[in-house]
Amino acid sequence: MTAKRKVSNGIAYAVLILISIVWLFPFVCLVLQSFRSYKLEHGGMVDYLLPKTFSLDSYAYLFSSDCQFFRWYGNTLTIAVFVAIFQTIFVLCVSYALSRMRFKGREALMRLWLILGMFPGFLTMICLYFLLKQFGLTQEGAVPGLILIGFASSGMGYYVCKGYFDTIPKSLDEAARIDGANRFQVFTIMLIPLSKPIIIYTALVAFMAPWCDYIFASYVAFGYSDSYNVAVAMQRWVFTNDYQGFFTRFCAGGVLVAVPITILFMCLQKYYVEGVTGGAVKG
Amino acid sequence: MGKEKQPSGKLASAGNAVANFFKWLGADLADIGSTFVNGDWKTKVSFIIMGFGPLMRKQFVRGAAFLLVEIAFFYYLISFGWGYLKDINTLGTQGRGFNPDGTVSYGDNSFLILLYGLLTITLILMFIFVWRMNVRQNRNAELMLKEGKKLPTVKQDLMSLLDEHFDKTLLALPVLGVFVFVMLPILFMICVAFTNYDANHQAPAQLFTWVGFENFKNLFSFGSTGFGSTFLTVLVWTLIWAFFATFLNYFLGMAVAILINKKGIKFKKLWRTILVMTIAIPQFVSLLYVGKMFAADGLVNGYLLKWGIISQAIPFWTNPTLAKVMIIVINVWIGIPYVMLICTGLLMNIPADLYESARIDGANPFQMFMKITLPYMLFVTGPYLLTSFTGNLNNFNVIYLLSQGGPQSMNLTGNAGYTDLLVTWLYKMTINSTDYKMAAVIGIMVFVVTAVISLVVYNILPSVKDEEGFQ
Repeated sequence: MTAKRKVSNGIAYAVLILISIVWLFPFVCLVLQSFRSYKLEHGGMVDYLLPKTFSLDSYAYLFSSDCQFFRWYGNTLTIAVFVAIFQTIFVLCVSYALSRMRFKGREALMRLWLILGMFPGFLTMICLYFLLKQFGLTQEGAVPGLILIGFASSGMGYYVCKGYFDTIPKSLDEAARIDGANRFQVFTIMLIPLSKPIIIYTALVAFMAPWCDYIFASYVAFGYSDSYNVAVAMQRWVFTNDYQGFFTRFCAGGVLVAVPITILFMCLQKYYVEGVTGGAVKG
Repeated sequence: MGKEKQPSGKLASAGNAVANFFKWLGADLADIGSTFVNGDWKTKVSFIIMGFGPLMRKQFVRGAAFLLVEIAFFYYLISFGWGYLKDINTLGTQGRGFNPDGTVSYGDNSFLILLYGLLTITLILMFIFVWRMNVRQNRNAELMLKEGKKLPTVKQDLMSLLDEHFDKTLLALPVLGVFVFVMLPILFMICVAFTNYDANHQAPAQLFTWVGFENFKNLFSFGSTGFGSTFLTVLVWTLIWAFFATFLNYFLGMAVAILINKKGIKFKKLWRTILVMTIAIPQFVSLLYVGKMFAADGLVNGYLLKWGIISQAIPFWTNPTLAKVMIIVINVWIGIPYVMLICTGLLMNIPADLYESARIDGANPFQMFMKITLPYMLFVTGPYLLTSFTGNLNNFNVIYLLSQGGPQSMNLTGNAGYTDLLVTWLYKMTINSTDYKMAAVIGIMVFVVTAVISLVVYNILPSVKDEEGFQ
């Protein structure tokens, strides 16, 4: 290795280490602050990073009966699981139909959905709220309501999955059909097992979205705290409540939300990368 | 986005399309006419009583299905739909009031009239479509019988839904979902943009009505009460934001990917994993936390004050310019990992011998980047840049979780702040000021901006023009 390369690699390492510090610093802060003692040091924002005394006060509060944190956590988890299942099914169905079959109105459907996709989602908030309310899916019923809203229109997000299906040779389909399989069998027995990476990618993305859903969740669950999801509830801790008292609790809740999701994500990272890369190139 | 031909460059051919539509309509009507004239009596009765033909030809399931659709449709129309549809031109005339005996009389509900009126209109269109299908099937069945063929049995009909008509089975629910939860609401909101639905005209207590282009005039009026100057401010910032959020992340992300891919760098996986943390951790945790870190009483100001570097807190979120810069910078933290993931795979696809021969020709790394890497990456990731740009136009989370659109100002109308995007402004109008009509107008403007940018960019993308370019 030449001296020149050594120098340039040294610089590269320095930059990478710097980047890593910047990337991880906020998360380290989050974890450290979640361990600050509520009783001794107050739960608000302070101008120092290392807690003077380590304690589990904030976590204890989340687990205590004063706080519905685990109800909210359960709500979010329920929404995320169901949305992930139904959304994956919808996306697979639409992708197969659009990738493998040629039918009347196919182009028109794709064009219509493309155009509909250009309207901002929040535009229709009041109308969706009204629709949900008709079925009793707001306030007390907000959790099933959010599941419904979460997957009902998810067929529009078929692009990445259809792109993946397009890369599976059609000759495989033809061969199976010559052997007497109908399209349903081709889809379920042949294509789905071949699409494991994209299925995991679709489900993962669908699973992660509800954890961040603040806007619609707060609108639908309005004023009914049993139906909150974690994002809504914790957002309220930071903004509307006296956040001077709730800040460390927010940090603790944030850790409890972030750790399982991060672990899940890291385990499935391979598939995520595959989906993102494929989607970017095929558009 | 899709690989299929998009509505690109279609403006010129739009007139053509209209002409084609009428040609098709004429041919279709003629076809319906000849079906009626040439059809037997079973077919003729089916024009009025749907499914009559199939029932008489012993296709009971088909016939019953058509008949049920017709009965259900007319039941809906008479008992429900017509009551709303007939008022759609006024959106109701009878406000809430009191009966002579003192009880509340509820009057008309403009919201319901508009929503169910639209629903009824779309159902009528769908019914016409089903009716047309009914006519066509009658004719086909008649012709098949004439030729001495057998009509498909119920079992064959059902099996075809898993085979040649599998697309209908697959798409039924997704299309229904999009119709109810996306298309109908969007049609509704487009209509709202032409009404005076706002805080002073809240259904069900008060009526609202059509006002034509009044709201659009308001959006472009630059007087003291108009939305014009605020709209321009927000629009310009939205475009600036989308530009930086897309291209800054793109180039920095590519740089990081190249750095990690560099020969001789170890622990490649570790570096990537660290960066990917910002994708894995839900944004409402990470962005809220980072936003608070830079608050006036937050960690950053706290340390800077303690160390005596500054004498008073830096107004990260209350100074408009600083807030904008902060948002763009923090977004880099969120955005780089995506680009890095995408670029990592693509960079490895560039043939190594290209670089080898460039090196022999004496090119330095910078030249190689400009002549080989960048053109290739731009070519391949063109569609990504477009979707990323339009996605950033509507990037609600980053703005809302960091600054809530603030700092607010008296110079801006409609509760807007200096870091508001069009979508966050729309959100505030819906939630805070319940100014639904202007929210709808802004929503339409977002659509216009997105559509124009998509169309223009899509037509200049090299990878669309020349799919084989780099292969």
